[in-house]
Amino acid sequence: MSDKMTGVANTVEAVTGNIPSKKSRISKSKVSSAIITAFLIIGCFTILFPLYMTIIIAFKSPAEMTNDIGGALSFPQSFSFDNFAEAIRVTDFWHSLANSVIITGASIVLSIIIHSMAGYAIGRNMKRKKSFRLIYFYIVSGMFVPFAILMMPLVKQTAILGLDNMFGVIILYTVFYMPMNVMLYSGYMKNIPLAMEEAADIDGASAWRTYWTIIFPMMKPMHATVAVLTALGTWNDVMTPLVIMSGSENTTLPLAQLNFQTQFGTNYNLAFASYLLALLPIVILYLICQKQIIGGVANGAVKG
Amino acid sequence: MKSKKVLSRRMTFILMLAPALILFIVFNTIPLITGTMYSFTNYKGYGSFEFVGLRNYIDLFSDTRVWNSYLFTFKYAIVGTLLVNVISLVLAMGLNSKIKMKNTLRGVYFLPNVLGGLVVGYIFSFIFTYIIPAVGSALNIGFLENSILASEEYAWIGVLVVGVWQSVAMNTIIYISGLQTIPGDIYEAGMIDGVTPWQKFRHLTLPMLMPFVTTNLVLSTKNMLMVFDQIMALTKGGPAQSTESISYLIYKNGMDGGQFGFQSANAVMFFVVIVAISIFQMVITNKKEEQL
Repeated sequence: MSDKMTGVANTVEAVTGNIPSKKSRISKSKVSSAIITAFLIIGCFTILFPLYMTIIIAFKSPAEMTNDIGGALSFPQSFSFDNFAEAIRVTDFWHSLANSVIITGASIVLSIIIHSMAGYAIGRNMKRKKSFRLIYFYIVSGMFVPFAILMMPLVKQTAILGLDNMFGVIILYTVFYMPMNVMLYSGYMKNIPLAMEEAADIDGASAWRTYWTIIFPMMKPMHATVAVLTALGTWNDVMTPLVIMSGSENTTLPLAQLNFQTQFGTNYNLAFASYLLALLPIVILYLICQKQIIGGVANGAVKG
Repeated sequence: MKSKKVLSRRMTFILMLAPALILFIVFNTIPLITGTMYSFTNYKGYGSFEFVGLRNYIDLFSDTRVWNSYLFTFKYAIVGTLLVNVISLVLAMGLNSKIKMKNTLRGVYFLPNVLGGLVVGYIFSFIFTYIIPAVGSALNIGFLENSILASEEYAWIGVLVVGVWQSVAMNTIIYISGLQTIPGDIYEAGMIDGVTPWQKFRHLTLPMLMPFVTTNLVLSTKNMLMVFDQIMALTKGGPAQSTESISYLIYKNGMDGGQFGFQSANAVMFFVVIVAISIFQMVITNKKEEQL
């Protein structure tokens, strides 16, 4: 009853207090919000147009591609999946998709295991021990090393070690993303109180067991960030598999597009069907986990 | 008893760090050292070689192709970083205001970031080669009738458009999370004082956003300096090497062109330049942060 009373009182106050200015402010902000929304929707076309074009051309037959704009951008007469079937055959799609999934998946798993351990060891000892601080700066400074300088020696080195294959690429990704991930993990250790380990210590658990049963699960938000950042980086990367795996018969999804570019020739319908297939897995994943992906990227960039 | 436990705890920490450290030494530090060593040789990538001292470094400065690649890369990175940051700041402010369909719009604007640079490059290549010239001839606009990618003078703009199209997404998200850290009551105080929107932006939003501007500038400059995928897809360095980036030149001539030693020197130079620019940017923007 009394709640209702104050509620009424508030409304009365709001209505009587300075009606014209409040009303105009609300309508003004409504108008500006509508204008901003309109501009943002128009802006979306710059993003959606290339994708629309890709889809349209992928479904057309070469005969429909006339030289004017309509030939490329109008709706296809019938949506045919022939181009896709042909693209899957020509680029060995399933094979390169499987390779991409294996490389990205293994890189994520290895990164989470190896980098979180290192981040934990560094984060817990950095304050007291100079050696750990030095190692931290040593690894993190790797962020400034461009791939261009490592590329040529790594080609030689991986060939000597027998790593000029998918496994080598996975190992290299684990190294390339180490500076960023170790920084993220060791920074995150500030959020996990030391009391957690001390309590486990009194119970007689070893440091190793304490880490895997208590600390590792608590780093879950960081695991998600690391997984997203590593996935986006490795899934779309061309340069590393291009120089490292060029000797083997395996390709990744982006690499297949590069390798078969000449075979597509002027058959743009086939080429665009292949591009669409290459984009589809990550777009589907993005549609499902949009919130986590954007959150992960923002989290990683802001903390890093 | 106690000392044994402390020791084993320490051992555990060292064991946990070991895999990362070993991998980093073997696949980052050692290639960095061998690359630097190759830069003092005339190694072709195969066969025998000998040490030539600083010859490669001296030759770098007189090599017009290297100069051109630096010119292109810097032109691309500077214009690109400015464009990306202005566009993404404006977008972030729009996407952070009280609008309808906020999440859908954010989702669309972030989409380019998840797409692969190579495939995006191929798609834009078609737009530049067929769609825009077709529009140009339909509307009788002369300078649009030929593909921009075939023009020695303007091909870099085509590469730039694709680079910016992709990079804006990431920076927008970072600016949005920056804007969300600004407490609302600052603006309320500003409203009472009757400031104009520009004053509000210049004296309230921008100073609070400065750490995120630093992050974005460093991030996008670094990414843009290393441009590779877009060039591979759009121009392959052409026409007449006008869009040859440093990374692309090192890849092309170092891997296939028999210039392993020479391009190693180029890569070392590139490394030094990137470190210098990153430090310079952080010092400058930190000073700005203090001033504002």
